[in-house]
Amino acid sequence: MPLLDRNGAKKDVWIISDDGSADADHILVSVAHLKQALSGNGRGRRIGVAIANTVKLAELEPHLSEIDLVSIAFPSHGDGRGFSIAKQLRHAGFKGTLRASGPLIADQFAFALACGFDEIEVSSAHAARQPIEQWLKAASSISQTYQRGFGAHNILDARRAARATGK
Amino acid sequence: MYRYDEFDARFVRERVAQFRDQVARRLDGSLTEDEFKPLRLKNGVYLQLHAYMLRIAIPYGTLSARQLRQLALIGEKYDRGYGHFTTRTNMQFNWPRLRDVPEILDLLADVEMHCIQTSGNCIRNVTADHFAGVAADEVEDPRPTAELIRQWSSLHPEFDYLPRKFKIAVTGSPQDRAVTKAHDIGLRILRNAKGEIGYEVMVGGGLGRTPMIAKTIRAFLPKAELLAYLEAVLRVYNLEGRRDNKYKARVKILVHEIGAEKFTQLVEDEYARLDGPSIVADPQEVARIAAYFAPPAYEKLPLRSTGFDAAKTQNRAFATWASVNLFPHKLTGYAAATISLKNIGEAPGDVTSAQMRVLADLAEKYSFDELRITHAQNVVLPHVKQDDLFAVWQALVAADLASANAGLITDIIACPGLDYCSLATARSIPIAQALAQRFADQERQIEIGELNIKISGCINACAHHHVGHIGILGLEKSGKESYQITLGGDATLNAAIGERLGPGLDAEDVPDTIERIVEVYLQHRKAGEPFIDAVRRLGLEPFKAVVQETLHAPA
Amino acid sequence: MTAAKRPPLPVILLANDLLDGEVVFWTGRVWSDRPQEALIARDEAGAALLEAAAAEALAQNKVVDAYLVDVALDGEGRAVPRHYREKIKTEGPSVRRDLGKQAGQSNLVPTGH
Repeated sequence: MPLLDRNGAKKDVWIISDDGSADADHILVSVAHLKQALSGNGRGRRIGVAIANTVKLAELEPHLSEIDLVSIAFPSHGDGRGFSIAKQLRHAGFKGTLRASGPLIADQFAFALACGFDEIEVSSAHAARQPIEQWLKAASSISQTYQRGFGAHNILDARRAARATGK
Repeated sequence: MYRYDEFDARFVRERVAQFRDQVARRLDGSLTEDEFKPLRLKNGVYLQLHAYMLRIAIPYGTLSARQLRQLALIGEKYDRGYGHFTTRTNMQFNWPRLRDVPEILDLLADVEMHCIQTSGNCIRNVTADHFAGVAADEVEDPRPTAELIRQWSSLHPEFDYLPRKFKIAVTGSPQDRAVTKAHDIGLRILRNAKGEIGYEVMVGGGLGRTPMIAKTIRAFLPKAELLAYLEAVLRVYNLEGRRDNKYKARVKILVHEIGAEKFTQLVEDEYARLDGPSIVADPQEVARIAAYFAPPAYEKLPLRSTGFDAAKTQNRAFATWASVNLFPHKLTGYAAATISLKNIGEAPGDVTSAQMRVLADLAEKYSFDELRITHAQNVVLPHVKQDDLFAVWQALVAADLASANAGLITDIIACPGLDYCSLATARSIPIAQALAQRFADQERQIEIGELNIKISGCINACAHHHVGHIGILGLEKSGKESYQITLGGDATLNAAIGERLGPGLDAEDVPDTIERIVEVYLQHRKAGEPFIDAVRRLGLEPFKAVVQETLHAPA
Repeated sequence: MTAAKRPPLPVILLANDLLDGEVVFWTGRVWSDRPQEALIARDEAGAALLEAAAAEALAQNKVVDAYLVDVALDGEGRAVPRHYREKIKTEGPSVRRDLGKQAGQSNLVPTGH
């Protein structure tokens, strides 16, 4: 399925293998098989985990340093739980790739990036309706928002900087 | 009043351009209606019964003359010459075209206004006490807090796709005029034993299908921690709130189902985990916002105005208006004047473009260029010199804005109902009109005293009927409009949900029934006892009987 | 919409114009802002044709919220919605007879079609 990040379309190197049995360099396993995949990972494979948006942070927290990718499912564009999970994972110190997977729309791209996502995986039908250009344009349509802790460009820090330089 | 800086101005302009692009992508099919709907709702655009409707944010109900004139212009140019003030202190236009909305948003941006998050499953327009900065009992002006939250909640990346809408209200007074306990989050500014300012945080209030009174989850939150704590509350709600049933998706249901104690624990755990100082606004930023709400340049005036006293003696109608529609100002020689949008026989909260211009002129001339919109769908001139009140009143009379009924039985709160709203199950405005006509007599209104009637045209309870002293809910029963009466609701600090008096009534039986309820009160009240106190003392039984009489009266 | 969920016959098809919001009626050929021009379906086959017209217009992003409304026929054979909600929708606000279709007003910009 089409994958994109802040620079545009991206090749997906991850192979879905719920139980981790696939013979590949990058395998995406389910939460149920995560421990097993990590412990049997003598071959230096990259391990990612695909999670529903109901998974609690505590389930992943012990393994975050060993996981290279977390793919969070968005069951619909109206279900924003994945944004909070991404934020929690980043706050817990997850340094790997964060992927949003599901029918998000271009207009949510900026929010996803601000919450810590790196890439979005959408369906082919979706991508046909909303080509990459729309996603990239939407990502930059609001240059600064008000919340601190959601990306470098926020108005509160800009005001603070302006105060510091006496403007 | 708050004024935009370069950052606010750019933000709002970019938002307009974004919406223009979204409309274009809806037309070319890039966005389906399902995808576009939440985007248009978050810009205040509803599809109603006859047309689109545009809801314009009036943050914490504060407006300048220039802003109100712009609303008047929009009403004339893009609508039908009138607007409607809502119970969330916003303005709604009932007839705009979607194709014109981007232009309207540009006109709003010209006067530092917008429609951001006036609908949709996100944090809505923040409301506050309409007598902020005026009331003598105020611990602190709630508007700087409300403005800080307005900015923080605007396009919040994490909280734009919540399970359901989320409403926050702030009061700075012990006397709650902002119905904080019927909000998803109610904030009450208070001082602790050490004299420090902070907030009582109440969560899980709300009306609608399942009315609930908010529970206190933090008795005292230090002022500086506000945004970080709100982030914790919203994160818990975003993750744990129900998404399987839209009628169970508000935070009140979550708080109710898991219990206030468990909810508090989840919030406190999340709060302990996050890095507060990296989230909250600097004290300098808080001070920057607060500076915009510094008191205006009041004059030092004597306690009594001889001109005001003389005018009252000479003009009985003015004296009546002054005794009903004025609220005491914390400064001697000033008053806050409520301008009623509840003329007998008219739609509650409706105001014409011509009237908007009169109000704007009066604000500029007599009230430091400031107006307030109240959740009761009226307008307030917050700082009028007593010396000027007679001139203000004369101008109001000329503009048909001088109804002396603030807080009385004809000061009815009503949603637009089925005359406009696509969600409504029954009409509200005709009921309000019939009741106002029934109780039109000025002296009788004053004799009855303080009594709020609130009429909602569906279970969503936009008119807050649950907390009306008398609440009326319009439903559909067997293909006809039917009205349920509730009694004993209270929107103040003693917040209470009204109880049903009996089965639904036909529209034409509502005025008689309300009149009988009022008669029971008049017969049984003690000297000086307001309606709501009498209902509490008497209980529902004597009132239930009169509804039965209506039901069994021969046709 | 399946036949089982259809309102009782006869029915008309109404919707809101996507760009202008005006309530519009399917005439069998175009969308009109005048209720008296609505095509009246008196049998299941006719209702199915209205549903097909609704699906096509929705797919073409011309209208939104398209659905069938059951009507009664007045003395002159004109369709009047049976339910009070749809009656208000085809007339205008009952509290403002000076506004909406009942007052001859329309938001429809003709060039949009």
